[in-house]
Amino acid sequence: MKIHEYQGKQLFSRFGVNVLENRVASTPDQAKQAFEDLGGSVAVVKAQIHAGGRGKGTFIEDPSQRGVLLVKSAQEAQSAAQAMLGNRLVTIQTGPEGKKVNQIIVEAGCDIDRELYLGIVLDRAVQKPVVMCSQEGGVEIEKVAHETPEKIFKEHFDPAQGIESYQIRALCKKLGITGKSVFAADKFIKALCRLYVDTDCSLMEINPLVITKAGQLVALDAKINFDSNALYRHKDIVEMRDLSEEEDSEVKAADSGLSYVKLEGNIGCLVNGAGLAMSTMDIIKLHGGEPANFLDVGGGANAQQVTEAFRIILSDKNVKAVLVNIFGGIMKCSTIAEAIVTAAKSVGFDVPLVVRLEGTEVEQGRKILEDSDVDLITATDLTDAAEKVVATLIS
Amino acid sequence: MSILINKDTKVICQGITGSVGEFHTRGCLEYGTQMVGGVTPGKGGQSVADLPVFDTVEEAVKQTGADATMIFVPPPFAADAILEAIAAKIPVICAITEGIPVLDMVRVYKASKEAGVVLVGPNCPGVITAEECKIGIMPGYIHQKGKVGIMSRSGTLTYEAVWQTSSLGLGQTTCVGLGGDPIVGTSFIDVLQMFQEDDETEAIMMIGEIGGTAEEEAAAYVKENITKPVAAFIAGKTAPPGKRMGHAGAIISGGKGTADEKMAALEAAGIEVAQSPGDLGTAMKRAIDKA
Repeated sequence: MKIHEYQGKQLFSRFGVNVLENRVASTPDQAKQAFEDLGGSVAVVKAQIHAGGRGKGTFIEDPSQRGVLLVKSAQEAQSAAQAMLGNRLVTIQTGPEGKKVNQIIVEAGCDIDRELYLGIVLDRAVQKPVVMCSQEGGVEIEKVAHETPEKIFKEHFDPAQGIESYQIRALCKKLGITGKSVFAADKFIKALCRLYVDTDCSLMEINPLVITKAGQLVALDAKINFDSNALYRHKDIVEMRDLSEEEDSEVKAADSGLSYVKLEGNIGCLVNGAGLAMSTMDIIKLHGGEPANFLDVGGGANAQQVTEAFRIILSDKNVKAVLVNIFGGIMKCSTIAEAIVTAAKSVGFDVPLVVRLEGTEVEQGRKILEDSDVDLITATDLTDAAEKVVATLIS
Repeated sequence: MSILINKDTKVICQGITGSVGEFHTRGCLEYGTQMVGGVTPGKGGQSVADLPVFDTVEEAVKQTGADATMIFVPPPFAADAILEAIAAKIPVICAITEGIPVLDMVRVYKASKEAGVVLVGPNCPGVITAEECKIGIMPGYIHQKGKVGIMSRSGTLTYEAVWQTSSLGLGQTTCVGLGGDPIVGTSFIDVLQMFQEDDETEAIMMIGEIGGTAEEEAAAYVKENITKPVAAFIAGKTAPPGKRMGHAGAIISGGKGTADEKMAALEAAGIEVAQSPGDLGTAMKRAIDKA
C-alpha cells in the first residue's frame, strides 16, 4: 500500500525524523493561507500523487506547468495551486494518462548544503532490510544503481535489533558527512529504521535527503510503501489509504478476494494461481496476442468470486476475447465449470470464450460445460488454448 | 531415495481443526501419507479425521514421533506456529499459509537456519514425493514416480510442470513448492544441492518467476555444482514493472527482477530454458536428451 508524501512526512514527524514545516491544501485559497501561515519569504508547492518524478513531470492541461514549484509570495502559491489542483500530472511513473492532483502541500524552504539519497528496502538475497545511501541525491536512483552501483552504500540490519551506530558512522564516512552532522545522522537513520520496522514498511525512500547549512539532516521528500500482508495490525496506516489513486477495477477485485492487474491488451484472462496467471499472459503474447489483464482467482474461489471475476474482466471495454485457464488443485474443475455457466447467464458473454480445464474433477467439469448451452471453445492444453484464443481475434 | 520426505515420513498438521487444515489432512491421508496427528492450541484431546489433536507441537512430536509438519495456521498466527515447529526441531516444516508479513518471516527465517531445520514456504503448495508421501495441497493423482526433481516458486504452475512431465512419461521424484513470498525458508540452491545428491533424481526442473534474484543465484550455482540436466521456465515475461503479480514476491522493482534478465542468466549457465509454459515437459526432455 502506498501513501502520499504529506502522510509520509506526518509519520516521519511522529518518529522523530526531521521534516520541514508544511501545510496540506486542496484549494488555491488554502494554499495562499498556507504560505502566509508558514511566514517565510519562499515556499515550495508540491503536487500530491502516488508517483515519483513530480519535479520534472508536466500537466496534460498545461505542459509548461511542473509538479513542484518554488514560490515567493502568497499569490504565487495560490496561482501554483490553481494550476495544479484538478489537473492531471504526467511523470515517468504515471503513464501517459497521468494522475489527477487532488491535494498539494506548501512547504517552508531551507538552506541546502548538500543533497543525498536514502532508501530502506528488504534485501531478499540477504533476508534482511537494508539501508542504502548515495551522494547522488535528487536524481533517478535506479539509474545510479544501474550505471554506477559502487556509488550506493549499504548497511543491513536485523529488525529486532535495529541499526547500530557504528553502521551509521560507516555510511557517514562514505557519504562525507562529518562533525556534528554525524550525530544528527545517527538519530535520523535510527528513527527511520524504527519507523520501517514498527509500521511494516516494504519500501522507504527519501530523495533528496538534504544536509542544511546548519548541519541538520532533513527529509525533503517521503515515499513510503507498506507490506499489504501486515496491514491487519496497522489500522492507522490503513486509514491513510487513498482509493482515488488506485485503479477502480483492481480495488473492486481485491474486495472480492481476487488478485487483478489491468493491462493494455485485448484478451482477458481468468486463471487460478499467480504463476500460472502470469504464464497465461506470457503464452498469449508468445502466440501473437496481447493480454488485457492478470487475474488470479486464488486457490479456493467460489462461484460468486468467479462471477465477479468475469464481471471485472468484461467491464474492460478493450477485451475482445476471454481465456479461462484452470489447473484444479484445491479448486475443483467442476466448481469452475458451474461458475462459468452461472456467470454466462448473469453477466452475459458477447465475446468468444476459450476454456482450458485440467486437474481435480476435470471430467465432471468438462461434462458440465458440454451439457450447458454456453457458447464456448474448449482447449486441450495451454498451447492449444493460447492458439485458439488468439485465432478468435483474427477470424 | 528421493529428497526431504518419503513413505516413512510421519506428518502432523498445525491448524488441523480449521476447515482447510482438515480438508488437506484428509487429502494427504488419501494419497497414502502417514498423517499421525494435528495441533491446535486449546483443542488438545479432540480428534480430526480419526487423528489425535494436541495443544502443542512439542506434545504432538513426543506422542506421535512426527518428523514433518504442514502448517495451515492463519497469517496473524502463522509465524508463531512456524517458530513453535522450529523450537520442537521438526526436521521438515512446510508452511502453506499465504499472507504472512514479511518482517515476521525475517525473524522466522533466521530461527530456522539457526536450528538447522528445513522450512519450505510459506505461501507454497508443499512437498510431494511421487507415490510415497504428499505434504500439502497439490492434486496428488497427477504425479507419477519417475526421474525429474521439480522445484518452483509457484503452485499451479508446478502442477503444469508435473502434468507435462507425467504426460511425457518422465515422471517425478520429489516436487518442492518453494513459495511465492519475498522471503522463503528454502531456496533453489538448497534444493539443487539435495537433487544433485539424490540417486533417483536424474534431471531437474526449475520454475521461477519475476522478482528478486533467486534464479540468477541458482544459475550460478548450477554452472559450478550441478552435473545433472536442468531445464527452467520463468513466469512473468509480460508483467509490467512495479506491480505485484499476485504473489508478494512477484514484482519487478527498480527495473530489477525481470524475466528476460533471469532467462539470460539461466541460458548462460547452460540450462535449457522453456520459452513457453506449454513447453515445460519438452524442454526437460530436450535437456535430458542432450546430456
